[in-house]
Amino acid sequence: MNALVPLLVIIPLVGAAVTLILGRYPRVQIVISVSALTLVTAAAAVLLVIVDHSDTPVVVKVGGWEPPFGIVLVVDRLSAIMVVVSALMLLGVLIFAVGQGIADRDRDTPVSIFHPTYLILSAGLFDAFIAGDLFNMYVGFEMLLAASYVLLTLGGTGARIRAGVTYIVVSLVSSLLFLGAIALIYGATGTVTMALLSDRIRALPLDVQMILCAALLIGFAVKAAVFPLSFWLPDSYPTAPAPVTAVFAGLLTKVGVYAIIRTDKLLFFDVPLTIPLLIVGGLTMLIGILGALAQADVKRLLSFTLVSHIGYMIFGVAIGTELATGATIYYIVHHIMVQTALFLVVGLIERVGRATSITRLGGLLKKAPYVAVLFFIGALNLGGIPPFSGFLGKVGLFEAGAESPSPLVYALLAAGAVTSLLTLYALMRVWNMAFWRPAADVEGYSSPMIESLQESPDAVNGSATGVATATGTSTLMVGATTGLIALTLCLTVFAGPLFELAQRAAVNVSTPEQYVDSVFPGGAP
Amino acid sequence: MSASLTLVVLMAVLYGTGVYVMLERSLTRILIGFLLVGNATNLLIFLMSGRSGDSPIVDGSSGPGGSGMVDPVPQVLMLTAIVINFGVTAFILALIYRSWWLSNLGDEGDDVMSDEEEQDAAEADAALAFHAGLEDDDEAVRHVLEEAGDGADEDAPPPGGEPSEHDRDVMR
Repeated sequence: MNALVPLLVIIPLVGAAVTLILGRYPRVQIVISVSALTLVTAAAAVLLVIVDHSDTPVVVKVGGWEPPFGIVLVVDRLSAIMVVVSALMLLGVLIFAVGQGIADRDRDTPVSIFHPTYLILSAGLFDAFIAGDLFNMYVGFEMLLAASYVLLTLGGTGARIRAGVTYIVVSLVSSLLFLGAIALIYGATGTVTMALLSDRIRALPLDVQMILCAALLIGFAVKAAVFPLSFWLPDSYPTAPAPVTAVFAGLLTKVGVYAIIRTDKLLFFDVPLTIPLLIVGGLTMLIGILGALAQADVKRLLSFTLVSHIGYMIFGVAIGTELATGATIYYIVHHIMVQTALFLVVGLIERVGRATSITRLGGLLKKAPYVAVLFFIGALNLGGIPPFSGFLGKVGLFEAGAESPSPLVYALLAAGAVTSLLTLYALMRVWNMAFWRPAADVEGYSSPMIESLQESPDAVNGSATGVATATGTSTLMVGATTGLIALTLCLTVFAGPLFELAQRAAVNVSTPEQYVDSVFPGGAP
Repeated sequence: MSASLTLVVLMAVLYGTGVYVMLERSLTRILIGFLLVGNATNLLIFLMSGRSGDSPIVDGSSGPGGSGMVDPVPQVLMLTAIVINFGVTAFILALIYRSWWLSNLGDEGDDVMSDEEEQDAAEADAALAFHAGLEDDDEAVRHVLEEAGDGADEDAPPPGGEPSEHDRDVMR
């Protein structure tokens, strides 16, 4: 069963190679990439079941080299959950992208490049999740970033190149920070294997630990779009094609959060991070959501809510108890799903309404009632309305916060509640303007609600993509979006077992000794 | 751990200049800055590898267990980092070219003809001019004939107008 672990990376990579060679046969490409991602999803699900039952992480020594010298892949519950969820999302979005390609006959996106790049992005993502040493994690990050550069600038229009430059320069700087941090950690400990690091870092003086931790965290915080380092995100994500934005929004920032959890829990658990992380998390929530309130463009608005909700995860990591970590994991899963699904719904809105700015959209409820239902469910979920998973995740986080009380935590709880309400406000305004308002009212409409809104800087005819919007949707696009929305509903229906799974994962994560023992059965050298 | 002071100074200079150049607005300079900072980071990894020594392939010459051996891991890390930087640099160069193209030619730039197409078009124009010239000649000859006598040639071709679209296509 250990053979399944490397397959998570190998299958998408082989798929990428084959789809690149078969660039002239789009149908074969579609078959290969869909089956590759389906296989990975199945493998990841099997791994999750195995890891959850055996209660010990699955460790694979690549090439048979013993851990401190060779590369290890470690799948514990957290890694397995992340891989399963991201594989599901990647599959759903791929189906949406195929549907979109069918709907507009591949005019804007050179599909021959899309499939290999998308598969390399998946491989990098899975590699980052299952990496057992820091450098392999860096390689995973670089793979997914390099693929994301290509996906973000697909088609090479002016708006995408402009957005791409911001994104690429910021990502490069964060990668170099990460690499520099790895170099420093290697200098201090003489290893990059995380299990061994966990042991050796504890032996370092606390001030050295703090410097190393800060170096690593800054690199990850840029990727996760945590407040002072988040301004690149709303400028770069919205211009990409709809499926690409959905994948980026759902998954790329969460890799950063995953890395922050690992850093905090496995490597630097002696460093007191609670207070700085709490402050940063609270600011991320508030400033992100205030940005969202000022946006007229739905894609930009959602990008700002994305930044803002990263704050909840940082809040959970900061509190650091097992309950909080469990709630964070549940929240990450919820947020990956709902954010991906909402961006796909916006992709549908863009096609039905031919714009993404709420000052130009109107009458969509009548025009596309089904899309309206999808958006409404997603919006209520993200806003945290009771039966949905957004509410459950937040309740879990707030409960964990209330169990370790301090004035700062209470301030954060208040900020969290306000953020949740403002998210709901921003999304309901989209609902009121784009869906509820009759199409005839759009011309010359004036209301204090849309008076001070900012249009997207790249807006052309009200569309943030800056590309002439194609119209027409295909069944596949609607089907994929429906599937993802249904998955977010499953998070509510199976909330009990899922929360317990997240709690067990949190116990895994919070006891680094178990991780170290599984990599070095005879004790760390 | 002993580090070479020269390398430390070199790394510091590379970092300093790299960050300075990266802060410019021009994409090319950002790329140069990225290259400098990337190399500085590679040097940092190298500096972290500790003392120098024999090359890390154990062939028996360097004692049992390779006691005088240099630490191979940072070299592996550097090599990987260099390859990644190389790939990213290639991508940024393509991005710079595309952005130059868009800023100089705009979106219409994509419709500009390539050299070969331009040559074809020029040839077609020349052929058209030549054809028109022939017709002018015909016209002049006909004029001379008409002036020479009223017994004009009955079989003279009808005066040719502009070449039709079809003719132009054929000439192309």
